[in-house]
Amino acid sequence: MARVMTQSLLPRQRAALNAETLLIGLAVLGLIAAPLYFYPVFLMKVLCFALFACAFNLLLGYTGILSFGHAAFFGGAAYFTAHAVKEWGLSPELGILVGVAGAAALGLVIGFLAIRRTGIYSTMITLALAQMFFFFCLQAPFTHGEDGIQGVPRGHLFGLIDLSEPLNMYFFVLAVFLLGLFAIWRIINSPFGMILKSIRENESRAISLGYTVSRYKLAAFVMSAALAGLAGGLKALVFQFATLTDVSWQMSGEVVLMTLLGGIGTLVGPVVGAALVTTLGNYFATSQIPVTLITGGIFMLCVLVFRRGIIGELYASRLGKWLSGERRS
Amino acid sequence: MSAVIAPREGADAGEAAVVLSARGLRREFAGFVAVNDVNLDVRHARIHALIGPNGAGKTTVFNLLTKFLQPTSGTIELLGQDITRTDPARVARMGLVRSFQISAVFPHLSVLDNVRVALQRPAGLATQFWRPLRALRQLDDKAMQLIHSVGLQDACDCLAADLSYGRKRVLELATTLALEPRVLLLDEPMAGMGHEDVDIVSGLIREVARERAVLMVEHNLKVVAQLCDEVTVLQRGEILVSGDYRTVSEDPRVREAYMGTEDD
Repeated sequence: MARVMTQSLLPRQRAALNAETLLIGLAVLGLIAAPLYFYPVFLMKVLCFALFACAFNLLLGYTGILSFGHAAFFGGAAYFTAHAVKEWGLSPELGILVGVAGAAALGLVIGFLAIRRTGIYSTMITLALAQMFFFFCLQAPFTHGEDGIQGVPRGHLFGLIDLSEPLNMYFFVLAVFLLGLFAIWRIINSPFGMILKSIRENESRAISLGYTVSRYKLAAFVMSAALAGLAGGLKALVFQFATLTDVSWQMSGEVVLMTLLGGIGTLVGPVVGAALVTTLGNYFATSQIPVTLITGGIFMLCVLVFRRGIIGELYASRLGKWLSGERRS
Repeated sequence: MSAVIAPREGADAGEAAVVLSARGLRREFAGFVAVNDVNLDVRHARIHALIGPNGAGKTTVFNLLTKFLQPTSGTIELLGQDITRTDPARVARMGLVRSFQISAVFPHLSVLDNVRVALQRPAGLATQFWRPLRALRQLDDKAMQLIHSVGLQDACDCLAADLSYGRKRVLELATTLALEPRVLLLDEPMAGMGHEDVDIVSGLIREVARERAVLMVEHNLKVVAQLCDEVTVLQRGEILVSGDYRTVSEDPRVREAYMGTEDD
């Protein structure tokens, strides 16, 4: 089978792989150096939303399920982490784990119900359940309703590193972000990811090959929810509060927008989309023009002109094809 | 449908074990009876054809047998086990694997990946989300063997979407065989194929039927005559007649049902 081995890595592809590694290295270096040029809290916000969008994309881009309720996992985890850190006095890393576990549990319930239907019906179920969770958060005493959980302490990472230092916090967020991205990359490029891909390609064929498709979908749903929770928990620590904004349906919509703008089914697309939307949000926050008008306009442009999203179009272009050694279709 | 089409030579009349059987199968769609009282015995190492005019319910019978549809009444047994209420993925794992009328490949996966996906589950390599894709290389030998056996070795890195129609069907057969099924259900395996592809696929089907039962829906009566040991004719959801090709082709009711179509 020497032929297969050599064929899976042609010299051209190996060169492309090197180019890819180089680009990833440069990007990481850029992120490490970024706080020298940008306001760390802004960068951390971008990273949290980027991770959120990537988690969402794991479901939409790689499994083909459109969730319109991902805010429940993101905002829910923010509440759980904030509560665990503030009220129970847990350390930040444990607090985030509480958020992730809570989001995964929510994902299990919502996913279990949503994957019984397909397409738009499944999406409506995620929206309905997320709205139920929103009203739960509005009423439940531990979330403090409209006020939210405020003054969440960042604490000391592993009891050692003081996260109230902006730079320490930034590098912690960066590390978690990269870890989350690596996890997603690993899931996509794993034997399990292969099955997800085949389900998305041809579901009834996957069934006829003996795969209980609903289990794979549910697993992907829970993974996506847990990673969205990771982003949400992180955000609660960054901003030191958790509010209803993060569980509202607008947040679910925003993550769809970020992912579409960046490029569905690409690993870095959602990162770019999140960075763009967050930057626009910050930039126009103080201007007279409502930011929703701007993002809405860009979204329409995206649908009309570059449907694959920014990174999707780049991959489809000649440059992208060369960079990827034409492995992507 | 006359003596011009010679029945398959040497078809042996001995009784082989029944591996798939349906009794009194019935399916209604909102009052319309699509399939009524269908009794079917599919035997080991035999090729059984299901023929009939358009809308006779052939595909519905397939969907019922593979549990993609639930029968309104009736029972289905696979290898002696009742599978009337079993879910389709489980039925596939028990050894009853089907193909579809339109070619069922994973279009944006390579030929090699298409076959490997089928091999992953039996090899216990389907749920590991923490392992790299490299882990799947251990399936390459077996996948290549299957790809060789259907003659696609020159295309193993092509995307399935780029294959010709006939080769897609051949690929589908390879992925189906990867599961080592006991019973193979082929829904119009030759539909839309050129002559040479038909010959290749006929040869492949004959080959795979040495060790397993094959039930196929087929419109090409020449193929049915040459390939199949037993033929069941469906009309308006009911079995018109069942038997070997000669018996069936000489039945006046079949001639009537097929009037004008014997030349395809």
